[in-house]
Amino acid sequence: MSVNRRLVRAIVSKELREFRRNRTLAAGMAIIPLVFSVQPLISVFALTSSASGPLRHEHVLLYMLGIPALVPSLVASYSIVGEREQGTLEPLLTTPIRREELLLGKALATFLPAIAVAYGVFALFLVCVGVFAKPGVASALIRPSDLLAQVVFTPLLAGCSIWIAIVISTRFNDVRVAQQLSTVASLPAVALAVLVALNVIQPSLRTAILAAVILLVLNRIGWRVASLMFDRERLITGTKS
Amino acid sequence: MTDEGTGISSSPALSANGLGKRFGSRVAFDDVSFEIGYGEVFGFLGPNGAGKTTTVRTLGTLLTPTAGSATVAGLPLIPDNGVEIRRRISIMPESPGLYLRLTVLENLQCFADLYEVSAARDRIDQALQAVHLTERAHDTCGSLSKGLKQRVALARALLNDPQVLFLDEPTSGLDPVAAREVHELIDGLRQRGVTIFLTTHRLDEAERLCDRVAILNTTLRTVGRPDQLRDELFARTLNVRTVSPLSNPADVFLGVESVSGWREDGPSTYVLTVTDPALAAPGVTRALVKADADVLSISVSHHSLEDVYLELIDVPAGLS
Repeated sequence: MSVNRRLVRAIVSKELREFRRNRTLAAGMAIIPLVFSVQPLISVFALTSSASGPLRHEHVLLYMLGIPALVPSLVASYSIVGEREQGTLEPLLTTPIRREELLLGKALATFLPAIAVAYGVFALFLVCVGVFAKPGVASALIRPSDLLAQVVFTPLLAGCSIWIAIVISTRFNDVRVAQQLSTVASLPAVALAVLVALNVIQPSLRTAILAAVILLVLNRIGWRVASLMFDRERLITGTKS
Repeated sequence: MTDEGTGISSSPALSANGLGKRFGSRVAFDDVSFEIGYGEVFGFLGPNGAGKTTTVRTLGTLLTPTAGSATVAGLPLIPDNGVEIRRRISIMPESPGLYLRLTVLENLQCFADLYEVSAARDRIDQALQAVHLTERAHDTCGSLSKGLKQRVALARALLNDPQVLFLDEPTSGLDPVAAREVHELIDGLRQRGVTIFLTTHRLDEAERLCDRVAILNTTLRTVGRPDQLRDELFARTLNVRTVSPLSNPADVFLGVESVSGWREDGPSTYVLTVTDPALAAPGVTRALVKADADVLSISVSHHSLEDVYLELIDVPAGLS
């Protein structure tokens, strides 16, 4: 199926405008990165130069993969149920846009700010570590393999999180329920990142590649599944077609 | 091709043939058939829960019919035509459904893009002018009154220059002044030749705006021009009032050629059933003068669309 880019762009542009003016969503997008960056920063700043040795065998930076796993779920879970709640879904569906285009627009509109926030906070974290941490801590903490993992897994995790949240958003009638369930659905990814960061799970190149491929496939089928779950009739009337 | 005298194109802009929609065992509407010509304003009347909104949603491709067939803006109503049909029509739902955090202009810009309108800004300006909202273009929709929101929704529905415009209860919840403004806008659209499918339970609105009306109560009860429906349903009558009761009214009234019956409707008030009021009235006047009656008034009975509606809405389906 070909995608009409103008229609997708129209949705992305509208969504981004709405996000900017929705304080609740903006606050949610700000709080989660704070939670995931303040505590590690404090721990890192408390480390002495002599304690930096064990850091070379840990992956503390990967703890911050919790941000791309959680932030987009909060926003994406609002995407359909939010339209429904404010009565804008029906006018939207009376336009020539296909459900696949609508969902792609919604996903992209969530993906772009989520990625910007995740990369932005990560960059800020690195700058703070580089400037304020004790000598030796930064070099022990910031390693190319972890940086690469962060760069690669951030969009993959965000994408998966978005599609799961959109599916939930198409199936529930209440914004809060959708947001809570989406957060719960994102927790396994967060837990995995934390376990790797704390060295409970030992990552290897092979497992990293395997995880990346799985996430890529999930992203690809996520769009299709969300489109199939998008029941125009049920969303408008509350009755199954 | 146009109907005699009306100037309305006779090829259907919208047609339904035995159309129906069920949700499980619940029938939303059933066996609905009609044809609407281009440029016609068609009123769809019925009580709450009659199936009006579901009919609009079905014809607007939002819901899939469970029975019958239809053509919308010249295209068969089938899933494959959904996108193309939605390009040719507009639906203004009962609730305006605007993005309240966005400005009027941003709302319209979004929908102009979704309809792939060329020269979008010009088209938005035209739509805003049509609903007299140019001055409020940069206001957020959340700051507008209900009447103004309704006007923005109407502007949005005009963006793609639709062949068929569905208006679902456009004046619902509006005060009389705001409702009159919406009526004037609909009148303006009619003059521009837009085909309008107007659902309402405001009978004065339908009578004032619509070329033809259909009355729905799950099934279609009737379709026709308001005056035609009145003539079909109600006998033509004359109301006669005299100062004092007539001593022998049967002798007076039944002697007049076009009077076929009479009854008393209170002291000194008589209702005459006639074949043609214009012929009967002079004859009845002469007969009353001849009988030395002091006449207070002779008037033709006028039945409103409300009378038609009330007459039909309680009749079980199939008997009307």
